[in-house]
Amino acid sequence: MKDNIVNISRRSFVKGFALSGLVLAVGLPGLSAEEEKPKYGRDAMPNGWVDNPLVFVSIAEDGTVTIVAHRAEMGQGVRTSLPMVVADEMEADWERVKVVQAPGNEQKYGNQNTDGSRSVRHFFMPMRNVGSAARMMLETAAAAMMAVPVSEVKALNHEVIHQPSGRKMGYGELAQAAAQLDVPERSSLEYKSAEDFRYIGKNSSKNIDGHAIATGQAEYGMDVRLDDMVYAVVAHPPAYGDTLKSFDDSEALKVPGVIKTLTLPSSPPPAVFNPLGGVVVVAENTWAAMEGRKKLKIEWSKGPNSDYDSKAFRQTLEQSAKQKGGKVLRQLGDAYKTLENAESTLSAGYYIPHLAQAPMEPPVATAHFQGDSCELWASTQNPQASVDTVAKWLELKPEQVTVNVTLLGGGFGRKSKPDYLVEAALTSKAMNGKPVKLVWTREDDIQHAYYHTVSYEHLEAAFDENGKTQAWLHRTVAPSISSTFDASSVHQMPIEIGMGVVNIPYAIPNIQLENPAAKNHTRIGWFRSVSNLPHAFAVQSFIAEMAHQQQRDHKQLLLELIGDDRQIDPRTLQDDWNYGQSPEIYPIDTGRLRRVVELVTDKASWGKSLPSGKGQGLAAHYSFVSYVAAVVEVEVSDDGEVTIPQVDIAIDCGPQVNPERIRSQLEGACVMGISFAMLGEISFKDGVAEQDNFDGYQVTRMDGAPGRINVHFVPAKDYNQPLGGVGEPGMPPIAPALCNAIFNATKKRIRNLPIRYQLEA
Amino acid sequence: MKITINEQVHQVDVPDDMPILWALRDVLGMTGTKFGCGQSLCGACTVMLDGQPIRSCVTPVKQAENKKLTTIEAISEQPAGRAIQAAWMEKNVPQCGYCQSGQIVSATALLNTNPKPSDEDINNAMSGNICRCGTYTRIRDAIKQAANKLEAGHEG
Repeated sequence: MKDNIVNISRRSFVKGFALSGLVLAVGLPGLSAEEEKPKYGRDAMPNGWVDNPLVFVSIAEDGTVTIVAHRAEMGQGVRTSLPMVVADEMEADWERVKVVQAPGNEQKYGNQNTDGSRSVRHFFMPMRNVGSAARMMLETAAAAMMAVPVSEVKALNHEVIHQPSGRKMGYGELAQAAAQLDVPERSSLEYKSAEDFRYIGKNSSKNIDGHAIATGQAEYGMDVRLDDMVYAVVAHPPAYGDTLKSFDDSEALKVPGVIKTLTLPSSPPPAVFNPLGGVVVVAENTWAAMEGRKKLKIEWSKGPNSDYDSKAFRQTLEQSAKQKGGKVLRQLGDAYKTLENAESTLSAGYYIPHLAQAPMEPPVATAHFQGDSCELWASTQNPQASVDTVAKWLELKPEQVTVNVTLLGGGFGRKSKPDYLVEAALTSKAMNGKPVKLVWTREDDIQHAYYHTVSYEHLEAAFDENGKTQAWLHRTVAPSISSTFDASSVHQMPIEIGMGVVNIPYAIPNIQLENPAAKNHTRIGWFRSVSNLPHAFAVQSFIAEMAHQQQRDHKQLLLELIGDDRQIDPRTLQDDWNYGQSPEIYPIDTGRLRRVVELVTDKASWGKSLPSGKGQGLAAHYSFVSYVAAVVEVEVSDDGEVTIPQVDIAIDCGPQVNPERIRSQLEGACVMGISFAMLGEISFKDGVAEQDNFDGYQVTRMDGAPGRINVHFVPAKDYNQPLGGVGEPGMPPIAPALCNAIFNATKKRIRNLPIRYQLEA
Repeated sequence: MKITINEQVHQVDVPDDMPILWALRDVLGMTGTKFGCGQSLCGACTVMLDGQPIRSCVTPVKQAENKKLTTIEAISEQPAGRAIQAAWMEKNVPQCGYCQSGQIVSATALLNTNPKPSDEDINNAMSGNICRCGTYTRIRDAIKQAANKLEAGHEG
């Protein structure tokens, strides 16, 4: 293996801080009265958090500081952002910091499930604790070695200085002695003040993997190479729930380089994280395996979803959404009566099809089964679930399975599900312990994703004679992610309705929110921003439609709906989830939502006069406890071609730990938002996805990207303010802002995504 | 057969129709060139064959016989490649980074033939390379920065 990702399981730590020591873990099961209270944020995550410097930091004699990154890197910059927090707080020089990736082990490192836009939000403080404790241990060691009071020494940029004499000792010299000391109590930790930060809140620290990436040296799951390794691809069942009936591999085995074929057990729905089953082709290289797979003759037994037709299903969803009733999610006043008696009303429906995450690196895992243990190397967002799921399938204990986390070539939620690791492990076992790299081709990735759901959103509003909004009705219909874990589940979970259905903070006196049932017909999973995508698309498009109907400026109506500045307890909106955060610390703050709208419209010169064929569109959305608003500017040609000269995005995510990566995440979210709005669709016929590569499943390319993306921050008062998410909240406002802009440019209202050819004359 | 890769001659004993991508990655262990789609649709596998950018996932290795391949591992041997890499790091272009080997090779090929590309030139030359993280606006900026530095006689 190449050396740029050093797996700490394979390489003992360099001299310095020992790995043993007290693990300060919280959030573990306990019986005290304290445990009875509901837990939020980092405390509520499985296996909680760890802030022991002995777990996260080691220092070599040459002064190199090695910091463990325990969350998965998939482009969001977490391998830079969290180690940078440690480095800053411990006064380490970033130029002398190395980052190593932790394998899956939540008992040791705390929660590692990298999703939900929560790595920095949940680990900023634990990582400050790590840095602070390490700095204090280095200072204590230096004072002892110089025989001076600890109050006279100060750590500064990789050295501890005795201030009266100016004598200095480097971190390398101090490492051995510091490692012998007790870790300071959490209550005794002293933190740097914000004005002394070198990296936190600055744009100073370059992406830790930037050089390796630019020179082709970075190691992704796809790049893992072990001695004596073989390669495998899987012929998966075409529809969700289909099973293998019979197969003929005689032609496949004739392909030069093909070694053998074997079968994987099918797992009936619900999919959970189980492999889909099918036929594995094992070969001397990936290409031979792919060629061999083409020559397989397979008969499949049809399962319960082999007649899934997404066109017909759209009608089913639409009918349910238009019919009064369904599970009531929230009720305020009497929306039905108000709608019946109103001066004027408006109603509209919005559709978003299935989407595939399609990370540029398809799922891939390398496994080495060794009888009573199995070691894997994989691009996974969820290493602990990978350990647990692989252990279950191999009938091993979790401690017998090691999952090393490589760089991920994108994730977007797909790589939270470890089905492909199980396939690799089972194949290595079937190959009598030969190391196996199991590669998903792009066709596998697009035809067997854990898809973003498909949804129909029906909205109605009622107005009084002054154009004031008096009633709001939203019926949301979509198969739920919970159906992937419980086949009987037909209603959206709290985490799905808490993404922009129940927790809209609009000041409207009569509200009715409903969720009719919808059954799943394929694997449904997380896709960046999840249910915020359909909900924000519908709600933010509808508010623009309301403004148009009432002949109001969209921004003015939006601000009127947001209403007075107030802090709303999400529980009063029937949202008991609130992204897992405490309702006291993270109320829904309408003032913050108002400010991002004002900031973005100001920066984008909202309302500026534009020639015909051009238009601006606005949208705002609260998600992942951050507030985002966007103004998209479009130009639509006479033949319906859309170009996007400029997008402005404003975010209030609380304090900005790594502003440079926040900008990049919002730029990326903007492009991904444009991508699914303009082009994204997975459709099904006879249970099978009709798209299988980037020709059918199109994504935005350079020529469709905006000319400029301007990201604007609402500054935070200080670093004690609660942090918001960053990776996902940029996406939800983009599609509605784009469609609102298209309406303003063309008077054509897009209610069905993707836009694709709808604007052609 | 013999192939010259990054100025070194390699003896490669693989079927003639094996795509260059897999000869590089699985046979020679040069993993900087990435697999993204296998159908010439995403550009992650872009390398240069006698200076021309090609998609190595669909180009049989036989076509490289007696020709010169340049991959991401040696793109810094070219002034434009060096300037592009420097601009990529300076502008923090990559997010996940998986597509960036292909992006960098395509951008280098662009500057080799068009030292002062317009936005439209960049769109035309780079639209074969998908970036799912959406780094396109930074790629545009970085290409322009590299072009300016090359013009001014700096290589980054």
